[in-house]
Amino acid sequence: MKITLEIQRFNPETDIKPYTQKYAVNAELTDRLLSVLLEIKATQDPTLGIRRSCAHGVCGSDAMVINGKERLACKTLIQDVAREEEATIRVEPLRNLPIQRDLMVDQHKFFENYMCVKPYFISSEEPGKKEFRQSPEERQKFEEGIKCILCISCYSACPVIQEVNPNFIGPAAVVQASRFNDDSRDEGFEERLPQLDHPDGVWPCESRFECTRVCPRGIKITKTINLTKRKIQRQKS
Amino acid sequence: MFEYEALIVGAGGAGLYAALEASKTGKTAVLSKLYPVRSHTGAAQGGIGAALGNLEEDKPIWHAFDTVKGGDYLTDQNAASILAEDAIQAVYELENKGLPFSRTPQGLIDQRRFGGHTRNFGEAPVRRACYAADRTGHMILQTLFQQCIKENVAFFDEYTVLDVLIQGHQCRGLVAGDLATGEIHLFKAKAVLFATGGFGRIFRITSNAYANTGDGQALLAKRGVPLEDMEFYQFHPTGIRGLGILITEAVRGEGGILRNAKGERFMERYAPTLLDLAPRDMISRAIHTEIQELRGVKGDGSVDDYIYLDATHLGKDAIEAKLPDIAEFSRTYLGVDPAEKPMSVHPTAHYAMGGIPTDLDGRVIFDSSGKTYEGLYAAGECACVSVHGANRLGTNSLVELVVFGRRAGQHMAQFVKGADFGTVSADAPEAVRKRLAELRRQEKCPNPESLRREMQHVMMENVGIIRNRENMAKAQKALRELRQVYTQIRANDPSRAFNTQVLEITELGHLLELAYMVVTCALNRQESRGAHAREDFAERDDNNWLKHTLAWFEGENIRIDYRNVDISRWEPKPRKY
Repeated sequence: MKITLEIQRFNPETDIKPYTQKYAVNAELTDRLLSVLLEIKATQDPTLGIRRSCAHGVCGSDAMVINGKERLACKTLIQDVAREEEATIRVEPLRNLPIQRDLMVDQHKFFENYMCVKPYFISSEEPGKKEFRQSPEERQKFEEGIKCILCISCYSACPVIQEVNPNFIGPAAVVQASRFNDDSRDEGFEERLPQLDHPDGVWPCESRFECTRVCPRGIKITKTINLTKRKIQRQKS
Repeated sequence: MFEYEALIVGAGGAGLYAALEASKTGKTAVLSKLYPVRSHTGAAQGGIGAALGNLEEDKPIWHAFDTVKGGDYLTDQNAASILAEDAIQAVYELENKGLPFSRTPQGLIDQRRFGGHTRNFGEAPVRRACYAADRTGHMILQTLFQQCIKENVAFFDEYTVLDVLIQGHQCRGLVAGDLATGEIHLFKAKAVLFATGGFGRIFRITSNAYANTGDGQALLAKRGVPLEDMEFYQFHPTGIRGLGILITEAVRGEGGILRNAKGERFMERYAPTLLDLAPRDMISRAIHTEIQELRGVKGDGSVDDYIYLDATHLGKDAIEAKLPDIAEFSRTYLGVDPAEKPMSVHPTAHYAMGGIPTDLDGRVIFDSSGKTYEGLYAAGECACVSVHGANRLGTNSLVELVVFGRRAGQHMAQFVKGADFGTVSADAPEAVRKRLAELRRQEKCPNPESLRREMQHVMMENVGIIRNRENMAKAQKALRELRQVYTQIRANDPSRAFNTQVLEITELGHLLELAYMVVTCALNRQESRGAHAREDFAERDDNNWLKHTLAWFEGENIRIDYRNVDISRWEPKPRKY
């Protein structure tokens, strides 16, 4: 079928502000949107700026705003976002971060926020010649957080960052911190506390569920943030 | 100009592990053309093999033997023994760094069966693959990156290496381009490690990421470094029909069964003992035969025919607990819930057994006697130790990353303490700058994308699972012409900042070089061994071909020499499963 892609374009060397460019292409309903974008880049316009790598939803390179919602282009089939009679798809870069070029955004602030919560295993036990024991039930407690691929969808969709506090560390950072805080082997909660229990830490979250709605890994992000808030309150009382 | 004692190129499992070790003594930086957690290690699914024996008796010597036999005896046996022995400590270290392995009821690391991994030298499948659901690679990559954050390792994200500085037999540094600005930088170093991954993108159907373009192998080959055993390329039996996306062998490890159009469990005819858990080369050939003999699902013997991977009898709960991502891939890309219907799969280009030749500490070898460069290392899929021989066993890629990434990093850490930087001329990047300026010259030229598609088509049709002289000679000729056409390619995008077209054209050049080397080495080897299966030389020929290939670019041509295989532990035997 024939479809039209409306892609937001911006080249810092030639453009003052972003604009929309339309491309007509042939595609199947079962094609990945990423394949269609790359087809445009290959055959119509090699200047289109886009990040991609694994093309099946595990590397997190190609998150973008598709018809107004954050999605991975490689995990989005044409049939998910278009119909025969409504075959226009709008593609924009992620929000809440500066645009570098076309669909590429500057990810530094996102990764800084992520790194500030000490998203690594902290334990006083010396590494040894055996595994630390952990029951399947204890392991299950942080199953949600380990699915995160740092694709930035949640950060882009967060209305709090957009409207209230641009310095909120964002949903992914809290999820990554909780992945360790909820790990029975980890002892780093107190070290992570200053960043989490902070005006820009977990507290700006208003439970508006946009992050949960867009997460391509199906992580219950809002719930994770609320559980972290409760954990902090318990710790303080 | 930047100056680091140790430079790591590539931020996948091998690169990050090496960086952690090297940074213990030396000023270390990691250069990657991707953001770190985007590397393709993250796509590895099923497990990492280590003879922990958590569920049943297992021994490193069994793991080593399986690796040697799986590699059709082209595996270096001392290297396989180190792989199997070090794997145990490496898995404990990963766990101790926080890796969330799936667990047994007793709280130990859970283990599952995988192809070619057996008890007591081939008796029956053994539970050796340690795993984190079907996200084992993702968790290894995350865990290692987390540790790099903890240890303050420096990263240059989206830096593409464009040249390597080798003087005599010493490596002095790199030239790299910054995607954000288009600027070219000189990096001086005492030691450089390449961990740039594979090059599955030479084929049309592949499980590999777009980024897997063999940059390290191609750059070093251009600088006179030989490549080893490039004719051995593995097709994984189960890629999603039409797309090639990997469906892990762990589906079969958990009990999944391959069936043809008639519903027959056809592996009974090809590997009566291990069945669906035979090594990958054998299963891919079996699928190829089934399709050729019109027992594929379409039944027309065409290149896009396929067979079924049946996991319906495993039950929804087991699939969601142990193979959640597979279930999601199947729903997303096939529209099929694997608990209800079988998945449509066919073989997909997956893994290069060959690559940059190294010794057991990751040092790059430059001749057939095994002499090594100073300050030049390689690890992971881009390297050839060789632990995989003619065919890699499932899980052993992750084992190799951590075992040899770690060993190489430890060696670098020692080496840089006693080494100096040497002198590098500040205009070392000039050749690269000139080449890129030429590439950006706006003139009419062939479309790089047509070239890429032609290469991928030629390789898929002629240098795939089953090979013969006639087809390979055709492919070699076609690739020679494509390499000529490539010299006329120009970038239409004149921008400096975020010019992804220039990057893609550079990558295409690397792929063309490697494709040419693969077909040339494959034509040269007149036998069938592991993943290299020839119709015109159907048998393994130990008398003439029990040796590693070493291949050098000499101008437009390729020179071939050989290296001995270490067979100090087990006598080569016919391979039956």
